[in-house]
Amino acid sequence: MAHVSTYKPNSAIEKWMDDRLPVMRMMHDQFNDFPTPRNLNYLWTFGGILTFCLAVQMATGIVLAMHYVPQETMAFDSVEHIMRDVNFGWLLRYIHFNGASLFFLAVYIHIARGMYYGSYKAPREVLWIIGVLIFLAMMATAFMGYSLVWGQMSFWAVTVITNLFSSLDSIIPGLGTTVVEWIWGGFSVGGPTLTRLFSLHYLLPFVIAGLVILHIWALHVPGSNNPTGIDIKSKSDAISFNPYYTVKDGFAMSMFVILFAAFVFYAPNFMGHPDNYIEADPLVTPPHIVPEWYFLPYYAILRAIPSKLLGVVAMFGSIGLLLFLPWLDTSKVRSARYRPIFKWFLLLFFVNAVALGYLGAKPPEGAFLIWGRICTAYYFVFLLVIMPVVGWIEKPAAMPGSITDDVLGKKPVPAK
Amino acid sequence: MKIFASPFRRSALAVAGAILGALTLTATPLLAAGDTPAIPSQKWSFSGPFGLYDRGQLQRGYKVYKEVCAACHGLRLLHYRNLGESGGPEFNEAQVKTLAAEVEVQDGPNEDGDMFDRPGKPSDAFVSPFPNKEAARAANNGAYPPDLSLMAKARVGGPDYIYALMTGYKPEPDSMDMQEGMSYNEYFPGHQIAMAAPLSADSVEYTDGTPPTVDNYARDVSAFLMWAAEPKLEERHRLGFRFMIYLVILAGLLYMAKRRVWSRLKH
Ligand code: HEC
Ligand code: HEM
Repeated sequence: MAHVSTYKPNSAIEKWMDDRLPVMRMMHDQFNDFPTPRNLNYLWTFGGILTFCLAVQMATGIVLAMHYVPQETMAFDSVEHIMRDVNFGWLLRYIHFNGASLFFLAVYIHIARGMYYGSYKAPREVLWIIGVLIFLAMMATAFMGYSLVWGQMSFWAVTVITNLFSSLDSIIPGLGTTVVEWIWGGFSVGGPTLTRLFSLHYLLPFVIAGLVILHIWALHVPGSNNPTGIDIKSKSDAISFNPYYTVKDGFAMSMFVILFAAFVFYAPNFMGHPDNYIEADPLVTPPHIVPEWYFLPYYAILRAIPSKLLGVVAMFGSIGLLLFLPWLDTSKVRSARYRPIFKWFLLLFFVNAVALGYLGAKPPEGAFLIWGRICTAYYFVFLLVIMPVVGWIEKPAAMPGSITDDVLGKKPVPAK
Repeated sequence: MKIFASPFRRSALAVAGAILGALTLTATPLLAAGDTPAIPSQKWSFSGPFGLYDRGQLQRGYKVYKEVCAACHGLRLLHYRNLGESGGPEFNEAQVKTLAAEVEVQDGPNEDGDMFDRPGKPSDAFVSPFPNKEAARAANNGAYPPDLSLMAKARVGGPDYIYALMTGYKPEPDSMDMQEGMSYNEYFPGHQIAMAAPLSADSVEYTDGTPPTVDNYARDVSAFLMWAAEPKLEERHRLGFRFMIYLVILAGLLYMAKRRVWSRLKH
């Protein structure tokens, strides 16, 4: 642990327990007496919000699984049975469905926050890498969950995405086909595919929960970064997590729940696709197969590249590259606030990601395809070229001497 | 609340504006290519956060479904008992029993091992007009009349689309080559639909004084199908309202608590 424990057992029972399994001590040290920079803005509340999202998905998911039937001919009807006949089943299902979208909204903000304030840099590399792994596991979980409804979009999204592995045929003939049939458990997407997707959709959230514990542990060793990116230097730079950040996180979370509830109660199908209210039919291909909104940027990258294999490599690579961010960025300055050149390229990267999302929903032809290629190119050029090069050539702006100086508005010191 | 430092926000907006502007400039010619007109939005009693179904409309809509659409389309996800549940057409118990008894339901086997037909009960699922897809196609020139249980959620526009489809039958333009047995419809993708205009004025008797026009039939059956697809809408809107009030109060209290706790810090 990064600092000396201040836990004092209050009763004989707590003392007895502390000598045998010091869970209370761990909880106290991790959440109560955790010194935190005093200048965190509201972007720092998304960590708590994400933990809340995971808990909501697990709680609603476990109850949904009590009524859901992972069987080809019954899956779609069992979801409708939940919607119509299970007490508050409609509420559970709409929470779980919109919960996935809001989970991704929160994670994208959380990742962008980390990139803007350089939270991936030393000594937080492992923390960052665990975060990217959580993101990957979330994507896998959501993809599998979406398939469980067994509507037209579910079915065809699974068909399209699993089929991507057939591009391996262009390396070793037959390899891709074998892998795809192995994933399907047959010669097409069907009953065996559905049962394995269900099994994994139930499993992965628990893997995510484990990763989240590691993520928080890795956070509590170096402590939180902050908008200045400057380390805590004196006592006046930090405040204790409780009550300051518990109450601030609580307020932010209540605002997030208001947004969440607005979707669930007043626009529950806004983020869905109407075709998923049509039962899966292997004989009818929908005119446009589009994934859920949170996958659209990657879908745009996949389709921007003419070769199927390279498209798949680029799609996975676009996320995989994030793992190397701590080493691709060569600047010692953490916060983009003090990086006059990098800041603009980074903001353009965010806008570029949103534009990719927009293009992912459009047919890959004409101007959409051209823009898809431009945006895909920028995505990779930013990570592989701009990040290292700007780090070398940029002269950082003047920085405050400490967190306290920044909060109190003291004159910044020009960079050496 | 200082979420972002303001230069962050200004620069983000500038970049976003530039990109979106460039995208729309190049994208507009493609967007204009579709030839199905936009679906006009209608006024529905159930839209908006406080919207509720209009009982009379749902009861009339059921009648239109029963007397017209049910000849070809099923509602397999509904049970007759749903017609009496709160938040729906709310027919009374005796009416639900009568409506259910109007259909023949296959039951069995009995003690002799034979299947037999009996009048429907409220607990029965709606009986579909055809035993299977093939029979449905055979009776409809090879076209399949889809089940309508979720139709109001399975098309862009939902009830607006169903209303537009019902009222969108027009004589075909001269330039159009119609296939055998197809009708021209302004709002159907491709404009050629295998369903002949199902509604005509005075074909269904209304007993509550509502004028028996195609427009009213279309409106009522669309509302009814919306209820069929989303039977818990009223419960959802009511619960949502209470939950929202509670949340807003909670958020207010948390905000005040946050201000108070943070004011202890010296600046
Ligand atoms: C004589 C049989 C028949 C009757 C009566 C009938 N339909 Fe249809 N309906 C069809 C057929 C056949 C199709 C398939 C059309 C196609 O795919 O071209 C269809 C399709 C539809 C569709 C789907 C259109 C789409 O976007 O795919 C809707 C909605 C619909 N009908 C509503 C109704 C309603 C509401 C009524 C009652 C007012 C009704 N139908 C009465 C035969 C019928
Ligand atoms: C990381 C957490 C999770 C995410 C992101 C997630 C995501 C999703 C998504 C996107 C759907 C499709 C929703 C729809 O279109 O209706 C879904 C469905 C489902 N999920 Fe999850 N889920 C998570 C956790 C869980 C857990 C822990 C369980 C059970 C133990 C579970 C059980 C189910 C079931 C049974 C369905 C199908 C029923 C339905 O469509 O509502 N989920 N999930």
